Amino acid sequence: MEKVNQIIQKWNTDPDFVIEMMQDIQDEFRCIPREALEEVTLKTKVPLARLYHIVTFYKSFSLTPRGKYEIQVCIGTACHVKGAPLILDSFTRELAIQIGETTSDGLFSLEGVRCLGCCSLAPVITIGDNLYGDVKVADVPKLLAKYKEGNNE
Amino acid sequence: MNRIQSGDLNNIREKRVHEIKKFKAALMVCAGTGCVSAGSFKLKDLLEKELKERNLDNEYMVVPTGCNGFCAQGPIMVIQPDGIFYQKVKPEDIPEIINKLIEGKYVDKLLYKDIETGNYIPKMENIKFFGKQQLIALRNKGIINPENIEDAIARGAYNSLAKALEMNQQDIIDEVKRSGIRGRGGGGFPTGVKWEIAFKTSQEKDVIPYIICNADEGDPGAFMDRSIVEADPHTVIEGMLIGAKAIGASEGFVYIRKEYPLALERLEIAISQAEEMGLLGKNILGSDFDFDIKTHRGAGAFVCGEETALISSIQGKAGEPRQKPPVPAISGLRGKPTIINNVETWANIPVILDKGAGWFADIGSGDVSDSPWNGSSGTKVFSLVGNIEHTGLVEIPMGITLHEIIYDIGGGIPNGRKFKAVQTGGPSGGCLPASHLDLSVDFDSLTKAGSMMGSGGMIVMDDKTCMVDVAKYFISFLKDESCGKCTPCREGLIALYQILDRITKGEGKNGDIELMEEISQTMSLASLCALGQTAANPVLSTIKYFRDEYEAHIKDKKCPAGVCKELISYSVNDNCTGCTICSKKCPVNAISGKVKEKHIIDPELCIKCNVCYEVCKFDAIEVR
Repeated sequence: MEKVNQIIQKWNTDPDFVIEMMQDIQDEFRCIPREALEEVTLKTKVPLARLYHIVTFYKSFSLTPRGKYEIQVCIGTACHVKGAPLILDSFTRELAIQIGETTSDGLFSLEGVRCLGCCSLAPVITIGDNLYGDVKVADVPKLLAKYKEGNNE
Repeated sequence: MNRIQSGDLNNIREKRVHEIKKFKAALMVCAGTGCVSAGSFKLKDLLEKELKERNLDNEYMVVPTGCNGFCAQGPIMVIQPDGIFYQKVKPEDIPEIINKLIEGKYVDKLLYKDIETGNYIPKMENIKFFGKQQLIALRNKGIINPENIEDAIARGAYNSLAKALEMNQQDIIDEVKRSGIRGRGGGGFPTGVKWEIAFKTSQEKDVIPYIICNADEGDPGAFMDRSIVEADPHTVIEGMLIGAKAIGASEGFVYIRKEYPLALERLEIAISQAEEMGLLGKNILGSDFDFDIKTHRGAGAFVCGEETALISSIQGKAGEPRQKPPVPAISGLRGKPTIINNVETWANIPVILDKGAGWFADIGSGDVSDSPWNGSSGTKVFSLVGNIEHTGLVEIPMGITLHEIIYDIGGGIPNGRKFKAVQTGGPSGGCLPASHLDLSVDFDSLTKAGSMMGSGGMIVMDDKTCMVDVAKYFISFLKDESCGKCTPCREGLIALYQILDRITKGEGKNGDIELMEEISQTMSLASLCALGQTAANPVLSTIKYFRDEYEAHIKDKKCPAGVCKELISYSVNDNCTGCTICSKKCPVNAISGKVKEKHIIDPELCIKCNVCYEVCKFDAIEVR
């Protein structure tokens, strides 16, 4: 909870910045824990219902923990035209999870993301902070294996 | 750093220009998101190390720049002042690059090769992709280090601000109005008119208005705003300062997508540098004008690009639009008059003040001298992506044709395939067929043809793209992004999606097309905001121009482009050499066959994942 309070203070307890606070909370905990929401309500006086509205409205937030490595498959138009649906299928097949889910070992979670703005490199994915361009279906098992081994450079 | 006065800008510029001139050449390493992912930061470090080790770091400087717009060929390096253009640079190329640089020669293998002639082209200006462009919003791309304010000032940044501080408010507004500039975010509303409304309203009500920069670039297939902020954040800040001075605002906000971490970082660096120099904050450039800029991170909601939703999000609420009128220029943030302009619009403002409204109005199409509505002045940045030879960012004068952009600048369609359609305007835009390639690219022509300018995404599609699938894609996108507040948009999109989904699965019925047209009409008439009003455009434009493809899906249960999974099958043709790679890579073991013998795909097992097609080197996989 100390972390949560630091985050709230970083944004000067300003109710206009509750979205920013929750983004930081999401980054910190890989989800928005209920206790954190309650703490934000207590400090900023923004009703819990409104915070819940925000958390469920914006795609950045998750009420259940996301994986250690968040996989974002870009499903923007350029990526779609260049085969992103096939890449996404490949991830759901290899990881045996659907969009929005996390693998049972907590290692990977999978999201479809609307355009990462790197359309020249389509199809594009990100795993954690790393961005990969011109991805092929055949690359997916190799990429996942790298992260499973902890070798993600 | 000391706070500076207007007169100091010149000194800083001269000092920096002098510093740069001491070097024999500058190695500009592109550090936009695309090139960074291809390893450009590592390249920059290695270059600096190599130069230092060879005691050349006093003769040659390494500069990380923003996006050059030629991202597919990254990492990109441009050697100035000669403008030598290297692409796909690898760490092992560095010693040779430096050797050749000293000799005054080029590393041929890193040069751009003309796709028609096959000749190497050393200089950036001679590459067709760059040669036909006219840079206003992107004038500093690849030329400055975006994290160094002095670089920006050396290129003239904040001069127009100094000029604006000397002008009276109405004169600034009139100048912007006379330039004819219309909003680059998609709507195409005349910027000067918007400013005037906000200015007059705040005077009448005696309140302080707000300025917002919309950097929530949500259109898929568009990355103009990301690139501008990454390459030249100071032009956005300067534009906002001029707007603030014009309408009398003292506080401004930039709303930027969280998917753009590098752009946000650069913007925040630029803001703090401008604050240190007294270009933001109190008594800017020694005048009595105060202005602060805060940044807000978006949290992943497409609808937040809509101005009333964006305002709601800035106030820490869910980004749901509200009924207009009143427009934000009358009642926006906290109920005060608020101007919201897009990144590219702000980036144009300093140039309009610097070179004059007349200069700007002469560029582009139509005559805007009576009213900005009569034409499209200036340039527009497009992200030219999809099935095209040269993907990347292009800035062109309004009024040139789609053909010029796609073929002369973009180099046409790769892999010997045929052009099928070009999609502009983001999810609310439309798909235009080959018969419209001579269309002039400006606000009004595109709208008339059933598409729209939008923020500048231009996605080129070849004949392996299924237009029904594309329509389904956009409707699925909008269905997910609809905020759900109004019924026509929320329910209409679900209904459209269900019909399109059926059609792509071979379950289409007679009358589906007409039903979709009817739903579309209701949505455009009855939805609350522009998202819902224009949401059916992708369906309507594809029905209008590619009706036969819908009919093939509905009547013949065929997907002519070979995309819709339920309607296609994979097979092996006689080109097969029996190399076995497909059977090794197939994730479900659906391919069998002996070495050096033709393979067979079991349609019962095949999941149509496309791996075999990808890995086959002999064009032996057929998709029908």
